[in-house]
Amino acid sequence: MSEIVIYTIVTVSAIGILAAIILYFAAKKFHVVEDPRIDDIEEALPSANCGGCGYPGCRNFAEACVKAENLADLFCPVGGNDVMKDVAGILGQEAIEKAAQVAVIRCSGSFEYRPRTNNYDGAVNCTVAANLYSGDTGCQYGCLGLGECVDACTFDAMYMDEKTGLPVVIQDQCTACGDCVRACPKDIIELRNQGKKDRRIFVSCINEDKGGVAKKNCSVACIGCTKCEKVCNYDAIKIENFLAYIDFTKCVLCRKCIAVCPTDAIHETNFPLRRIKSPVEKKTVVKEKAVVTDNPDLVNIAKKKQESNDNEAESKDKE
Amino acid sequence: MLKTFSRGGVHPPENKLSAVQTIEQLALPKMVTIPISQHIGAPSTPIVKKNDLVKVGQIIAKSSGFVSANIHSSVSGKVIKIDSVMDSSGYKKQSIIIQVDGDEWEESINRDPQLIKEINLSSEEIIKKVGDAGIVGLGGATFPSQVKLSVPKGMTAEILIINGVECEPYLTADHRLMLEKGDELMVGTKILMKALNVSKAVIGIENNKRDAIEHLTSLSSNYEGITIQALKVQYPQGGEKQLIKAVINREVPSGGLPIAVGAVVHNVGTAYAVYEAIQKNKPLFERIVTVTGKSVKNPANYLARVGTSLTELIEASGGLPEDTGKVISGGPMMGKALNTIDIPMTKGTSGVLIIPVGESRRGVVQDCIRCAKCVSVCPMGLEPYLLMTVSEQQNYERTESERAMDCIECGSCSYTCPSNRPLLDYIRLGKAEVGAIIRSRKA
Repeated sequence: MSEIVIYTIVTVSAIGILAAIILYFAAKKFHVVEDPRIDDIEEALPSANCGGCGYPGCRNFAEACVKAENLADLFCPVGGNDVMKDVAGILGQEAIEKAAQVAVIRCSGSFEYRPRTNNYDGAVNCTVAANLYSGDTGCQYGCLGLGECVDACTFDAMYMDEKTGLPVVIQDQCTACGDCVRACPKDIIELRNQGKKDRRIFVSCINEDKGGVAKKNCSVACIGCTKCEKVCNYDAIKIENFLAYIDFTKCVLCRKCIAVCPTDAIHETNFPLRRIKSPVEKKTVVKEKAVVTDNPDLVNIAKKKQESNDNEAESKDKE
Repeated sequence: MLKTFSRGGVHPPENKLSAVQTIEQLALPKMVTIPISQHIGAPSTPIVKKNDLVKVGQIIAKSSGFVSANIHSSVSGKVIKIDSVMDSSGYKKQSIIIQVDGDEWEESINRDPQLIKEINLSSEEIIKKVGDAGIVGLGGATFPSQVKLSVPKGMTAEILIINGVECEPYLTADHRLMLEKGDELMVGTKILMKALNVSKAVIGIENNKRDAIEHLTSLSSNYEGITIQALKVQYPQGGEKQLIKAVINREVPSGGLPIAVGAVVHNVGTAYAVYEAIQKNKPLFERIVTVTGKSVKNPANYLARVGTSLTELIEASGGLPEDTGKVISGGPMMGKALNTIDIPMTKGTSGVLIIPVGESRRGVVQDCIRCAKCVSVCPMGLEPYLLMTVSEQQNYERTESERAMDCIECGSCSYTCPSNRPLLDYIRLGKAEVGAIIRSRKA
């Protein structure tokens, strides 16, 4: 009996030792030298594997970073500048700062503004619906409201607003990975710079129909009237195919375009509410100041000064 | 026992309401909207401008590639504008809009109804003329006919199959054509035989059109080489591959064309259009359209000009019924639900079907119960439940390896599914994605 036990132990140990020797030499022979920086970079990355950088996963991105000569074309939208600084530190390179971005929905055609002309009852999937027809409203460009972008989002940064039938982006969660942009068959979602104090101005419409047709199908459509293009002092707005587009790299957030847009197609986010200036208030201010002196000349000067102050304040407000 | 294809298939209620209505000439519309993309392939290039005067049969858009087709004016009058207009695809497409003024035809068109039997043109001349006349497959697929007639090098056509199956429920346009234009259809078939250089042609007709079978059989004694084949009623027998299987018992290989088994299939409507083009010099600018539906006052078959608004077709049949739930361009199985009836009819519009509210909605989608009904009805031998799942999961490699591209989109799976699953919707999505992947691989 004990013989069998001894034989077994000896045989198994012998096999084990033999295998260990083979594996040792195999490991030596087939050793792959891998840049240790790849592991370091992968550690630094957010491990979301979202594909927002254009590579299939974080490891592939890390490999690409090590291979690349400089980091100009590489950016992890989820980690942002902080992570890219770390990556650059590991590689001993300069980090290239990029403005943080966020996804915006360029359609405001809610149930209220964009009347439904027919009922879709096919598969609940935007791409299926888009393959079938242009949508259940007269606008062939607008949001289908079946929520493929919401399904595509890996960061829970989107939800469907049931009242409007449109998706909403939760800015704090959005990492600008671009999954929703790729998921949308209508190309409605765009990544735009977050902007100063998270303030953004954009045309919330992608309708390329002529003004009359667009307006008939959706009351908040961009009708390509060119008013915003004319009022913009910074050459940030371009109209093409009856549709305005605001270049976020040129826009200085003056909001002049919003004031002139006849269909409210231009949206602003995170701006403080406008002060409502009534002419009556101004008058009383002038009167009060005017009371300071009785000299008619001085009164006039005070008036002028007050007016110019008002104007300055106004123009500052606008900027 | 009548012949049919061997695999799968369903038999939906036939509802051929307009089968006894003779073909009526629809009154000329006041305006026509002629889309420049009425066929599979590249859209044509318009060659008329705003304010140009055109005649009936005048070419207004030229074929822009090998797989493309000429488009002719269906009316005489003035081109008002070239604009994007909603068509049956559900999207706005470039269209030529013509204000009708009188009915002046091109002088070259022979309007004499006298039958001309002698075929004077050679095979090449016929194929060229078919292309010039802008003829496309009128069964619904609208594939340019001259491409189908040009047999690739190294292959030979042995048999011509004329598709008079009309397996779609409700539609009767082909049925009426076979009854009323039998002789023309026969001569058209002869012309196609000459173009393909084949000596044998079979006209396949489903057995629910007894009168058409008898009528054409009696005519066929005058036309050498043409036989009539009665077929068992089974959807989708009108599919090219199914019809070949049913008539000559050959199976088109996966990804192959009918010519791979020596067969060429054309619809009866196409054969008639070929007769008119070759013998009467008349390009394709009108076709027979069935307007039907259970609640439609007068279901009918109209000979209507391409570009006529569907609204006018429906008006002629007694107007849109109050309980309309859905309007479909084509038949109930493969047709397309429309989002507006203010769209033009095209070369491919075989019917306008109006479905009442009660029947128009899809049922509530439930989970797949693995009953495999979709598998047993699939005429291509695919597994629709699986294709739907993999394309929903965006696993397009698997979608391709499960042969999604073989799907003929007949809709038998969705029709038969007891859980009302949107099988075909997702398979179509998968096909579109896989098609794009295959194209990018080739590029």
